[in-house]
Amino acid sequence: MNRKWISLIAVLLAFSLLAAACGDDSGGSTVAVENNGGGATNCSAVDNVSLQLQWVTQSQFAGYYAAKDKGFYKDFCLNVTIVEGGIDIVPQQQLASGAADYAVSWVPKALVSREEGLKIIDVAQVFQRSGTLQVSFADKGIKGPADLAGKKVGSWGFGNEFELYAGMRRNGVEPAVDNEIVQQSFDMLALISGDIDAAQAMRYNEYAQVLETVNPATGKLFQPSDLSIIDWNKVGTAMLQDAIWADETRLADPAYADQTTRFVAASLQGWAYCRDNVSECVDIVLSNSPVLGKSHMTWQMNEINKLIWPSSAGVGIIDQNLWDQTVDVAVTEGVLSVPPDEGLFVTKTNFYAEAAIKLLKEKGVDVVGNSWSPISVTLNPGGE
Amino acid sequence: MTAAAGHRPKMPSASSILRAARRIVAGIVALAAVVGAWESYKWMGGRTGDHWPGTSFGLPVRTNDLIMPHAGSIWSTLWDPVQRGRSQTLAGFLLQSARFTLSEAALGFVIGTAIGLTLAVVMLRFSTAERGLMPWINISQTVPLIALAPIIVTWGRNTVLSDPQAVSIIATYLTFFPVAVNALQGLQSPDKADLELMRSYAAPWSKTLWKLRVPAARPYLFPAFKLAATLSVVGAIVGEISAGVKGGLGRAVLNFATIYSTGPEKLYAAVLASALLGLFVFALVTVVERIVDRNQANISVVSQAGI
Repeated sequence: MNRKWISLIAVLLAFSLLAAACGDDSGGSTVAVENNGGGATNCSAVDNVSLQLQWVTQSQFAGYYAAKDKGFYKDFCLNVTIVEGGIDIVPQQQLASGAADYAVSWVPKALVSREEGLKIIDVAQVFQRSGTLQVSFADKGIKGPADLAGKKVGSWGFGNEFELYAGMRRNGVEPAVDNEIVQQSFDMLALISGDIDAAQAMRYNEYAQVLETVNPATGKLFQPSDLSIIDWNKVGTAMLQDAIWADETRLADPAYADQTTRFVAASLQGWAYCRDNVSECVDIVLSNSPVLGKSHMTWQMNEINKLIWPSSAGVGIIDQNLWDQTVDVAVTEGVLSVPPDEGLFVTKTNFYAEAAIKLLKEKGVDVVGNSWSPISVTLNPGGE
Repeated sequence: MTAAAGHRPKMPSASSILRAARRIVAGIVALAAVVGAWESYKWMGGRTGDHWPGTSFGLPVRTNDLIMPHAGSIWSTLWDPVQRGRSQTLAGFLLQSARFTLSEAALGFVIGTAIGLTLAVVMLRFSTAERGLMPWINISQTVPLIALAPIIVTWGRNTVLSDPQAVSIIATYLTFFPVAVNALQGLQSPDKADLELMRSYAAPWSKTLWKLRVPAARPYLFPAFKLAATLSVVGAIVGEISAGVKGGLGRAVLNFATIYSTGPEKLYAAVLASALLGLFVFALVTVVERIVDRNQANISVVSQAGI
């Protein structure tokens, strides 16, 4: 009998008991394929598909969550797992490595990955406009990119700065020479504290965070009139953002190609649903992440809708002019050494988006959204 | 020390209760001191415009409510609903997240400890292994965890591992190291005379291991276990943040960091919860150590009587 040894491994036992007690609530990602007894669709087989997001759950990805929650994916014989992003997760790499079947990524970042050798391709250009702003307090008098000269300018870097840099250069301001570029963290603390003069902000996220903060001078929340914004869409250096990317090599496989069309169709149907059902989509997002603020996510949903709708050529179709502008900025900024395979993208992307739109039109889904108009959202302190 | 420990189980009465009470009071005083220092610094900064009193030197950290929320508002945010319209409080949410992270950390701790002990025994048995392995074990800890985490998660996704299991592997990576190093040192700690005595009995290597080396290693092991337990929590949280794994404290920290300017006290609350989880596992190992110590004391009395 060796009680010394037994008592020694008691630690291990204690911890393995803990592991056993708490270990199972992570759950497997596989969901049993449900028999669509009452449904109208007939699936001979259901494809398991994973989608890698760029960031954690928020209304920016509401369309995908809605497509899952409202059963659009299921209608298209798909069982979709939505995988959230993290600090070090690069969606394009997850896609190329085979860890994900599809990925959401900004166009310039994905094009860089493509130039580095990842065979990935845009199969639906969901966002038609850029959501990036440069925000400053109105009293700084920063009305356009030229006013950023001599200022402390916040930038997130990591591929989020191309529009900003191009916008400044095209207006005679050399970044980090004619002004100071400050690495910005993901919140708006530096702007609010006055450490920087202008901060990068997504109109659907950080911009709203400022408007959810109490202005010490008035005791009320900051108002849009307290702020000036530079909108890169207006400056002309905007780049295309959220798109669905697929594995180009796998697209040679007819099964993956067909699955891609169905995935794009169901995802775009989710986006159309969120255009018409803002509060329900916000609730779907909130139920997927219990720490998010309701008014903040409602604001975000509304702003995301503005980036998508109306989609004059149909949702998911690449706007040739914006594509050319994106590539032009990327090449002149040295982000890309050469433009990506001429024509290939627009044709291929539009091939899948058009096929998806055809499926959606058969279902009577409005894929343009001309009659849509944004709602007005009241932000609460802290976004609650 | 052995004598005192041997007597303890017989009289768990007044003195041990007193000792426990003293420890609790000490804990409360320490907490009050931290809160007091925090609030006085904040108060001072508020009075002097963030300068050291009577000087023009700025304070290292600004004291406004965005940078340093009041301890009271950190406390009260814990009892607010985590989301408007939800019944769950932030405290409840953090507790639930801590449980999730603990499950990842515990798995990492168990696997890491097993690997660490195995490595130690292998290195003890084969000195070539020690020479060959030790540098790699040391190098392994110089690789930044955030560089490794996404690789492990991507591997995991291409195999059968779920994301939380991949996070456990990340925790394993941190935990095996102190265990391997300390266990080896402990196993090598018996005096030459004792080892020679075993040799003179013609005791086989395995007997020397069980009867002499393992008991001798015990004082080396528990500090390693304590370190490994807290590191397993660190590894799990870093892994969650890095890979965006949902459900744990790392994710809570990440979420609250992105909205820091509109709710700094929430991030502080999440960070506090992470620290408390680390303390909790540390305490857990300490309790096990006590129990082992007590058994050990009884055993030594018995075995002495037996001899």
